[in-house]
Amino acid sequence: MSRLLLTRLLEAVPVLLISAAAAFALGQVAGDPLAALGLDASAAQRAAAAARLGLDAPLPEQYLRFLWAALHGDFGFSIRLARPVGALLLERLPATVELAGAAFLVALAAGIPAGMLAALHPRGLAARAVMAVSLLGVSLPTFLTGTLLILLFAATLRWLPSFGRGEVVALGGWSTGLLTGSGRLALILPALTLGAFQAALLLRLVADGMRGALASGHVRFARARGLPPRLIRRHALRHALVPVLAAFGMQLGLLVAFSIVTEQVFQWPGIGLLLVQSIAAADVPVMTAYLVLTSVLFVALSLLADLLALAVDPRLRQGRGG
Amino acid sequence: MTGGRVAGAVLLAAVLAAAAAPLLAAQNPFDLAHLDLMDSLLPPGSPGFPLGSDGQGRDVLSAILYGARLSFLVGGLAVGLAALLGMPAGLVAGYAGGWTDALLMRLADAQLAFPAVLVALLIDGAARALLARGRAEALAVPVLVLAIGLGRWPQFARVVRGAARLARGRDYVAAARLAGVGGGRILFAHVAPNALGPAGVLFTLSLGLAVLDEATLSFLGVGLPPTRPSLGTLIRVGTEYVLSGQWWTVVFPALALAVPVLAVNLLGDALRAARR
Amino acid sequence: MLLSVTGLSIAVAAGRAVDQVSFTLDRGEVLALVGESGAGKSLTGAALIGLLPEGARLAGGRLEFAGVALERLAEPGWRRLRGRRIGAVFQDPLAALDPLARIGDQLVETLRVHHAASRPRARRQAAEWLAQVGIPAARARAWPHELSGGMRQRVAIALALAPRPALLIADEPTTALDVSLRGQVAALLRRLATGQGTAVLLISHDIASVAAAADRVAVMYAGRIVETGATAALLRAPAHPYTAALLAARPGILHRPDRLPAIEGTMPPPGATVTGCAFAPRCGRADARCAAEAPDLPPHGAACWHHD
Repeated sequence: MSRLLLTRLLEAVPVLLISAAAAFALGQVAGDPLAALGLDASAAQRAAAAARLGLDAPLPEQYLRFLWAALHGDFGFSIRLARPVGALLLERLPATVELAGAAFLVALAAGIPAGMLAALHPRGLAARAVMAVSLLGVSLPTFLTGTLLILLFAATLRWLPSFGRGEVVALGGWSTGLLTGSGRLALILPALTLGAFQAALLLRLVADGMRGALASGHVRFARARGLPPRLIRRHALRHALVPVLAAFGMQLGLLVAFSIVTEQVFQWPGIGLLLVQSIAAADVPVMTAYLVLTSVLFVALSLLADLLALAVDPRLRQGRGG
Repeated sequence: MTGGRVAGAVLLAAVLAAAAAPLLAAQNPFDLAHLDLMDSLLPPGSPGFPLGSDGQGRDVLSAILYGARLSFLVGGLAVGLAALLGMPAGLVAGYAGGWTDALLMRLADAQLAFPAVLVALLIDGAARALLARGRAEALAVPVLVLAIGLGRWPQFARVVRGAARLARGRDYVAAARLAGVGGGRILFAHVAPNALGPAGVLFTLSLGLAVLDEATLSFLGVGLPPTRPSLGTLIRVGTEYVLSGQWWTVVFPALALAVPVLAVNLLGDALRAARR
Repeated sequence: MLLSVTGLSIAVAAGRAVDQVSFTLDRGEVLALVGESGAGKSLTGAALIGLLPEGARLAGGRLEFAGVALERLAEPGWRRLRGRRIGAVFQDPLAALDPLARIGDQLVETLRVHHAASRPRARRQAAEWLAQVGIPAARARAWPHELSGGMRQRVAIALALAPRPALLIADEPTTALDVSLRGQVAALLRRLATGQGTAVLLISHDIASVAAAADRVAVMYAGRIVETGATAALLRAPAHPYTAALLAARPGILHRPDRLPAIEGTMPPPGATVTGCAFAPRCGRADARCAAEAPDLPPHGAACWHHD
């Protein structure tokens, strides 16, 4: 068990180093670390600042220094907002985490039962409808789903707010919208928007997995032993979840990527909206920090997915197939 | 296969309509001199504006035709670029194996850890930071093609590598090698043709995804500018009027985007089923 | 009489794969169904537990099991019979056990479903069953992939016999195993089944397993039974030329277990139009009558014009 985990950890290192190098290169090529000084800074002022920041050092040394600073959450100052980037991201993170978490719950609650339905009664009307909706779901881009939901629920029916996070409450360093009525109402449409695409993907994975499991030898043997359909469904679902868990890390990665779009649609004040605003303003330090933060996040999530897969499938623990 | 045929016909019609935009459209929506603000936000069915007009007084139908042309152009070129980068990389990695293979695939894996649209967004952002503001707008199309194409090369590399590795083990390749045929010739004569089938399916499916990538970037405001709107830009600009009830500024461009993408996905499914 | 099969026919897309098969089985008796792959043995077994594969359907015949007409059962009726009254073991021991559950838990689950026993009692019984098939009780916590093929098949036998069914369909239970293990596992199956009064329909093309376990043998060819008889007599003096050829071509120790007896020619597939005896084209003793007219199967003996 620990050997597989160790392998995965070791595999994560190059991914992290490559993305950190990409982030560093982004700063080198596109960024001007002295932009914060303003356009009217004299050449002497610029040279002094460059020496103070170590910009005259050789590149490898600068890369190491960049890594060291990144490990401490230090990514310099935002050009647009003139504030430390680390603090800026930290302040926006809770909004994104709550949105992604709620969307993930939406995806699980809709995708797993619908996928089971599609696999158990593949010729039924409900299953066909579910598969058609899922095809629509993977074909509709997130921003369109969001816009159409706004058109229906905010513009026409006027049931739900179309933008923002509602009232938030500070809990220590964490700002949450879950504790206020307006905060919860504001979360509904963004979570549905972000969750819809995921639900469609999850549904297809679960349906494929269940179909495979239901056709397998051990389900046939379980039926021959007279196990009731309820137990057989549970067996099959467990098998269907193994590939789902394997794809789980990537799924959450997509959730983070598309939260950028959802945040833009609903003007949701998370790190995605911050990134889009920063790109439009060529605010390179924020882009650099976002790249590093998300790569750490993706690596952590795929490790989590590996751990979950290990917990479900004993064959993986031995490190050999069966 | 009938579903695949219908999808193919819809797709062909959409592409032809987009390509023939200058012939079909009532006005050139990119030419601000032709627009009249007095015509803005007319509902669908108004004389001269079958699908209504937007906030600039643009005919929505004309804007959709021209916008689709831009969207499909960017999507098509980007997938072409991705295939152009990814296929040779995969071919060489799969055929050469060893050190080259390990290096290329590690790189592909590292990038695959990130969703393609995020990679495209960051590359697009870097290019924008690099170019001065005005030039970024003028170069918007090549920048988008580059960003989306670079975002999707690893998929092509992986698929082609798999096919190349399979072909490498085949007898006729071994025979050609023993006969002293050069590596380059073997690659193009024997290995590459085997990779074309799976790469073709991927190409079709990627077209839909790349068009969505473009639309997403334009929607985020880092793609094509409002003066030369693609479908994504049209939808973004249109959302400003949604809350005040001018639904046609969003719904028609949205349909023009979603229907061809759905058709591509159906076609891809049909192709995959046919290859089985 | 526990089971009486009369005129069973099964149709697949190409045509009839099982044609007018009849046999009976007594309580505690072991009947072997032998023949080449594709002769219709497995379909016959699947019909008797209501798990015909997709595309195959009953096309006629009566299947009377302990007073129940199996041919008329719908799925809910089958659910009441499966496991509790009719059990099954299938060919592939690698695929038969759920790879995500410990073997002890799979036994406990099966026992609890059928006997509503308390968990501790079911656990005790599970340990007893494992001991019966020669697996130490400590291995109850093992995962299927940690066991050898032979051990897995013994666990599958325990799983199928634990609810004490009246009839067990054992479809090629030893084929996937090492040649040296086959007779041993077949003998274990017989001992445990007959010990608790379970009748067994043993489907196999492995003569060693049949010799070790069966009371009677029915030989199938191209969807029909061509010879029946008591095991010892039939193996010693086969009456049908096909049975004789099957025994003569029987793989020795050095043969690969997946290679089947090499009898020249091939069996006609389902749906092929056959006039006369289906085996005639491959038979050294065939004459004009064999090619023209199909022989019937007498109550004891072989469906062959040359048999007296």
